[in-house]
Amino acid sequence: MPIIRAEGLSKTYRVADKQPGLLGTLRHFVARRSRDVPAVSEVSFAIEPGEIVGFLGPNGAGKTTTLKMLSGLIHPSAGTVEVAGCVPFRRQGRFLRQISLVMGQKQQLIWDLPPLDSLRVNAAVYGIEDAEAHRRIQELADMLELGDELTRPVRKLSLGERMKAELLAALLHRPAVLFLDEPTLGLDVNAQARVRRFLADINRRTGTTVLLTSHYMGDITALCPRVLLIHQGHLFFDGRLDALTERLTPCREVRLELAEPQPAAAFAPFGALESLEGRRVRLLIPQEQLTGAVARLLAMFAVLDLEVSEPPIEELIGRLFQQGVVG
Amino acid sequence: MSRHHGPDRSLRHAVRLARVLLSSQYALMLEFRAEIVLWALSGVLPLIMLGLWSGTGVASIPGFTPQRLVHYFLAAFVVRQFTIVWVIHAFEEDALQGRLSPALLQPLNPFWRYLAAHVSEQATRLPFVLAIVALVALVHPAALWWPTPAGLLLALLATHLAFLVRFVIQSALTMLCFWSERAAALERLLLIPYLFLSGLVAPLEAFPEPMRSFALHTPFPWMVWFPAQLLSGGTVPVARGFGVLAAWGLLFLPIAVLLWRAGLRRYSAMGA
Repeated sequence: MPIIRAEGLSKTYRVADKQPGLLGTLRHFVARRSRDVPAVSEVSFAIEPGEIVGFLGPNGAGKTTTLKMLSGLIHPSAGTVEVAGCVPFRRQGRFLRQISLVMGQKQQLIWDLPPLDSLRVNAAVYGIEDAEAHRRIQELADMLELGDELTRPVRKLSLGERMKAELLAALLHRPAVLFLDEPTLGLDVNAQARVRRFLADINRRTGTTVLLTSHYMGDITALCPRVLLIHQGHLFFDGRLDALTERLTPCREVRLELAEPQPAAAFAPFGALESLEGRRVRLLIPQEQLTGAVARLLAMFAVLDLEVSEPPIEELIGRLFQQGVVG
Repeated sequence: MSRHHGPDRSLRHAVRLARVLLSSQYALMLEFRAEIVLWALSGVLPLIMLGLWSGTGVASIPGFTPQRLVHYFLAAFVVRQFTIVWVIHAFEEDALQGRLSPALLQPLNPFWRYLAAHVSEQATRLPFVLAIVALVALVHPAALWWPTPAGLLLALLATHLAFLVRFVIQSALTMLCFWSERAAALERLLLIPYLFLSGLVAPLEAFPEPMRSFALHTPFPWMVWFPAQLLSGGTVPVARGFGVLAAWGLLFLPIAVLLWRAGLRRYSAMGA
């Protein structure tokens, strides 16, 4: 049974519409005009307990709005949503005890106190006994490689240390579902890797369901076997990451360095010839023909070097969104 | 046994939560101790008024000798220090800075945190208030008096109740933050009648009769004049005072709750 279920989820915001200039300002002051902006349209998906799912899409695609609807911060304009057996926007205690939302840009830790003070408050809010809270803090701090950072004021911590402390605070009550909105935003490469390792660990150890949005494909490829691809509020893809890669890259790029130059016509049976510069050849070969084609190329020509590559997924997604051909 | 298990556990949970919230907020307030000294000093309006009134027609205030007036203003200063409420400013800043959303995702109404912050701030303020009272006593020994135990107890109760009522009324106003990004401006508007009608600038007895009757129909004099009179040994309608304070609190509590629910609906509709 899915732990997260969204059916026809939609959200339309009403935003103020003001023309520039003095006249526009006066008109706006006297008679405010607004218009409806659809942020999410008819999005449906289901997530099983224990899954880690990546939510992909460019800025303004509707990722954060969807996360906020799932966590109960905003209520949908249409459609139904259920998380951990509850309707999120009713924000019942039973629901709030089962979820956590970490937003890369916003914090729950008390800024001027050490994280341990916030953790003590969280333990009391969620009714976790002192000894148990201490044990959990120790365990999570070990996993996150946090030590004396927990006794330093939050304002004195680096961005990476702060995010790790935020994750600790978010997981102290052992939520069944963890929503993450850009958890590695602004972190350096090492800190990103540590956060990813931790999320994979926590999912493996506790079976926490994780839904995360990220601009960094590294987060998605390292953590999410399944992805949801959203663009302009519409869900375009829901499936395995490798299936998305397949769909985005039906061809592989094959680069050859030959012992002797060959005429262009010689490569016609293998695929599309992208470039031919002396002994250097670049071909695009359909994925399903790749193995056979490479074997025949090696058999027919004296090949000094051969390289098969796959363009980075973020580049492909970006290109597809730019071309507006996702679908 | 099982019948009592639930309430016992809830009570234990509530007591622990209150203890932890108060201690963490107290730790936070101690970080701002220098700022709190300045806040305490900024509340010396009654002492300034004392200076102004000392040289004028005290005789015209029924029931007040010069010494009684000194006692009254010193008591008003102390009462004011423990009835200061700033929840609207804290909430407005939290909403604008995006700190409200994480708070809404915890199974605890954020207003309990604000209440704990106010109580902790009062505890932090206490030594500074005592120091200022001691300083006044040093300069003006006649300013000190010993309140009767009953008067002290009633004054303490009235001060705490006045604080709670102010907190509830301001919380109701705070909910307007859901509709306006600058709802705290409303609080500044209310500050004017509060300053004049509460008894901070003059005891209510100094007001002409129609003005005094009007003031007594507002919650303001019951928040300063009433507890200050109890503390300084003046004559006030005790039962009426507590009754009026409770009535204002009970009037605004459901308003605050209803506005909170409506505000949350709006917040969640507009985008958190």
